[in-house]
Amino acid sequence: MSKLIMNRRGLLKSGAAVGAGVALPTIFTASSAAAYTNEPTGGAVTLGFNVPQTGPYADEGADELRAYMLAVKHLNGEGDGGMMNTFSSKALQGNGILGKKVEYVTGDTQTKSDAARASAQSMIQKDGAVMITGGSSSGVAIAVQGLCQEAGIIFMAGLTHSNDTTGKDKKANGFRHFFNGYMSGAALAPVLADMYGTDRAAYHLTADYTWGWTQQESIQAATEAKGWSTVANVLTPLTATDFSSYVAPVLNSGADVLVLNHYGGNMVNSLTSAVQFGLRDKMVNGKNFEIVVPLYSRLMARGAGENVKGIFGSTNWHWSLQDEGSKAFVKSFGEEYGFPPSQAAHTTYCQTLLYADACERAGTFNPCGVGEALEGFDFDGLGNGPTHYRAEDHQCFKDVLVVRGKENPTSEFDLLEVVQVTPRAQVEYAVDHPMFAGGALGACNPGS
Amino acid sequence: MDAILLQLLNGLDKGSAYALIALGLTLIFGTLGVVNFAHGALFMIGAFIAVSFSKLMEISKITIDPDKVDFLGNPAKIKTPYVIEWFGNFGHWLVEWSVPVSVLLAIPIMILIGIIMERGLIKHFYNRPHADQILVTFGLAIVLQETIKLFFGANPIPQSSPDLLKGSVDFGVLVGFAENTIIYPLWRLVYFCFSAVLIASVFAFLRFTTFGMVVRAGMEDRETVGLLGINIDRRFTIMFGVAAAVAGTAGVMYTPINPPNYHMGMDFLVLSFVVVVVGGMGSLRGAIAAGFLLGIMESFASMPLIKDAIAAIGLPSIDQIIIYLVAVVVLLVRPRGLMGKAGVMEE
Amino acid sequence: MKLMNDRTLLIIFAAFVLAAPLIFAPTGAAYPDLLQRFAIYGIFAIGFNILFGLTGYLSFGHAAFLGVGSYASVWMFKLLTMNIIPALILAVVMAGLFSLIIGYVSLRRSGIYFSILTLAFAQMSYNLAYSVLTPLTNGETGLQLRLDDPRYLDGASVEGTLPSTNLFGLEMKEVFWNPNILGYDLQFNYGYYVCAVLLIASFYIAMRIFRSPFGLMLRAVKTNQNRLRYTGINTRPYTLTAFVISGMFAGLAGGLLATMDPLAGAERMQWTVGGEVVLMVVLGGMGTLIGPILGAVFIKYFENIFSKINEGVLHSWFAIMPEWLDNTLVAIVSPFVGKGWHLTLGALFMIVVIFLPGGLVDGAKRIGGWITGANRRKAKAEAE
Repeated sequence: MSKLIMNRRGLLKSGAAVGAGVALPTIFTASSAAAYTNEPTGGAVTLGFNVPQTGPYADEGADELRAYMLAVKHLNGEGDGGMMNTFSSKALQGNGILGKKVEYVTGDTQTKSDAARASAQSMIQKDGAVMITGGSSSGVAIAVQGLCQEAGIIFMAGLTHSNDTTGKDKKANGFRHFFNGYMSGAALAPVLADMYGTDRAAYHLTADYTWGWTQQESIQAATEAKGWSTVANVLTPLTATDFSSYVAPVLNSGADVLVLNHYGGNMVNSLTSAVQFGLRDKMVNGKNFEIVVPLYSRLMARGAGENVKGIFGSTNWHWSLQDEGSKAFVKSFGEEYGFPPSQAAHTTYCQTLLYADACERAGTFNPCGVGEALEGFDFDGLGNGPTHYRAEDHQCFKDVLVVRGKENPTSEFDLLEVVQVTPRAQVEYAVDHPMFAGGALGACNPGS
Repeated sequence: MDAILLQLLNGLDKGSAYALIALGLTLIFGTLGVVNFAHGALFMIGAFIAVSFSKLMEISKITIDPDKVDFLGNPAKIKTPYVIEWFGNFGHWLVEWSVPVSVLLAIPIMILIGIIMERGLIKHFYNRPHADQILVTFGLAIVLQETIKLFFGANPIPQSSPDLLKGSVDFGVLVGFAENTIIYPLWRLVYFCFSAVLIASVFAFLRFTTFGMVVRAGMEDRETVGLLGINIDRRFTIMFGVAAAVAGTAGVMYTPINPPNYHMGMDFLVLSFVVVVVGGMGSLRGAIAAGFLLGIMESFASMPLIKDAIAAIGLPSIDQIIIYLVAVVVLLVRPRGLMGKAGVMEE
Repeated sequence: MKLMNDRTLLIIFAAFVLAAPLIFAPTGAAYPDLLQRFAIYGIFAIGFNILFGLTGYLSFGHAAFLGVGSYASVWMFKLLTMNIIPALILAVVMAGLFSLIIGYVSLRRSGIYFSILTLAFAQMSYNLAYSVLTPLTNGETGLQLRLDDPRYLDGASVEGTLPSTNLFGLEMKEVFWNPNILGYDLQFNYGYYVCAVLLIASFYIAMRIFRSPFGLMLRAVKTNQNRLRYTGINTRPYTLTAFVISGMFAGLAGGLLATMDPLAGAERMQWTVGGEVVLMVVLGGMGTLIGPILGAVFIKYFENIFSKINEGVLHSWFAIMPEWLDNTLVAIVSPFVGKGWHLTLGALFMIVVIFLPGGLVDGAKRIGGWITGANRRKAKAEAE
């Protein structure tokens, strides 16, 4: 059989026709008469929320799910509207998306590519989801992004920090709101140079897989540009639970800063070990020894307890921000669930609104139309200041927060303090930056 | 030299955790002949006894402080733990020393859990194939860990050691090295000493008490001991309780080293099985020896020096597979692990 | 007593497999991806049962062969052609070679020593695939197709889109018939039928092995290996053959996974996957022909259907009840579904193992016997 591949313009025209209320000229394939995969035909549209519900990231997944349910509420005109009121685009009216009530299905990624893809497949094939979103690790995000590209579904990435998601593994149907390793480095390095001086020697412990490598590369490049040297980069096995044997030699290596390129459970354990070994009480090269955790997550910081005090890192968003968008989101999330949202919750909430808004503006659920509406989109009011969705790689560009573990937390949620809001211009990079090279967006795929 | 000594220390410390879990596993296997896949879960439950105890100590009276506000702008709630309000200084002490105190609590609880497990479930599986034992205990392990997740969530929950035992000691200075060459965390040294004492007392119990003697005899030949009119089953049940207590207290003491989470048992399960098998099925001494051997090998393999040397000859870094590599080598050189008995689990 | 002869069994089995998109419709499992998984893990379990069910050798390392099969096929798709035939052939061959090497070494030991050796090899493969072997496996992300892959045998594909896996032009993911029967929206796709045909073929091969002198020899190994040795028979070649055959089945399953969804991730090699196939076989009924497939369906059904039941779905189930009852029921049930699906699965393992020593097949027989009264007749016969 031959599949009719329409070019993008043609599809957009037909998308616009739907918006005008005219019946869509259908493309007849052997099996279906829809213009694109899972075109919603009834009075409702289904979104797929694919988050880890079992395994080590289950709590993060649970927080993402809370944010999704809140977003659905707001989209359907229930609740106080949250960030819909502060969002610069006013296309959303609280009557669902394009007048269709928003419904959702949930699935468990188990933080495994296979399980995540199986779960996404069932949402696409069985539940008729027109968009998939979620995830709490880069491997899963990239795997599901690939699947959505092939199936002709929009993928709105959740928490994924690897450069590759919008670098060498970028896809036309995938979009990322979250920041990445390069941005962490670019935001963190100047602050570190200010605080700790420019003649520091860093020792990197790096999780031995793609995300760890890309982050380490980014941080090393950014700090070396500020005059730091890198003593060693030791790769730690993914399955390691006890990092004592990796932390033990650090003090004698001549380094005076330890950079932990770990996330989640690895980060909790390696940071705990590093503090146990008394590294932060020592003087090396005449300077106080310091520890840096480039990617922070408040949920995980809680697992490390008092060990995070005074340690620098970066984050995508934090609930203590005082702009209107953040305040509105924290208020409606807090009133719904009784505690402040995490950065994972924030990014997934934003992604849902951004998707819905793009559908409204495009006048269609067609992935190509939605993609076109998202590409190059400038918006504000979602908690990160003026933000730009770059067309060339589908990465969001916005301010990055440099944070530090709080010395005197006033509550169990008050663990991080924002040290600096790094302006967007400082973390931007060219599309063909070598750390992001090697992939191609390809053409958008509306499926059949 | 100092680097090697440091990793040796680290290996002994790591090995002590492996040895403790393997000891319990071997006790159960040696006495009851049961392959217990829920043993890691017992370790995890021990850790969560410490978590529950410290949570219990933190149950607080809530007073409203009108001067401060929480994140939503409502008046902030100030929490004072009841124990501190009731007992004053002793309350403070209890909160601070909650982990060591939990050990005392964990021993009876774990013995009880062990006995219930044996009487309620394991007993019915003595004459079933090993595969069935593995499957049912594996199912039990999942049920236990998911139940813990239901109450405590999936994130790790940090526990702190008493202030007195926080921080690190300069071990190198004590043995004549320069300052800052061999620094080691105090609590890890405590853990090492704790496991050494625990292992020694289990061995002493088996060796020097009548009860232990009968158990050892029963491990050799259950039937004959039974024919002598001794109720060996009851003693084996108690040994199951003891094994559970060993795993549980090991879990309690481990909490300040790495914050416990609900799946820590599974993380240790595979590893502890490798340890037991490398040691040789049914051999207590083998399990201990293998625990320390694998701990030390793992530490050495992670030394930057060794990693570089291996990378230089073009091989991938072996620190992530060292445990399995050692297991393969040992099992190919010695058919029944280090000290295994012939005919045990060879079918 | 034999319920039916092999030919009838095979025909019934084949009919059931071919009609699966219809049969599974009421259970909510009748969508292509899950049906394909049923069939693929069925093949994996059938193969594993040839080793474990017949010889009693318990391998924890078969996940490695599944992974090797997947990587091999994705490389075929990347380099040669999107046609699935070369990919599947290479998957089986590579998995066979791998299992020959690992089996040759591991089978020098028996019992739990053998199990731990296989576990060690699989974990080594997993760890290496996840990190060090990234150029070959693409590590954490998994090996994927890319736009700039050469695909020497295929012509140029449409600009900017990835080609689909196909069997001489029949695209695996294509739904060729989409009828609405009894209110169910059914999807018949080519991919499932490729899996189904291979599942039936695997079942047939397993059946022939079970009934052959070779199968008899394998059973003898399980019953008493020592006695065989004393009679001068070297059992190693037999067990090694069984190991390699089961490894090739695993490779086929891995290749099929990649064929249905061209991505190969390192997690496929982790011990949990190897452990899962053990659970499938024991749960379904070790050493039986149909048991492993039942076990595979059972576990995959839980993983994919139970994990998707969230509180919203539960509320819609209990919607007709009064609100307080609805809320209570949801509060009671929700810990066991959705994010709690592991808990239910663990509890069911225990229940099945405790009460049905022979697995689900045993349960089915008991129910069958209870219905036909065979048990009573048997008991009566024994009493006389």
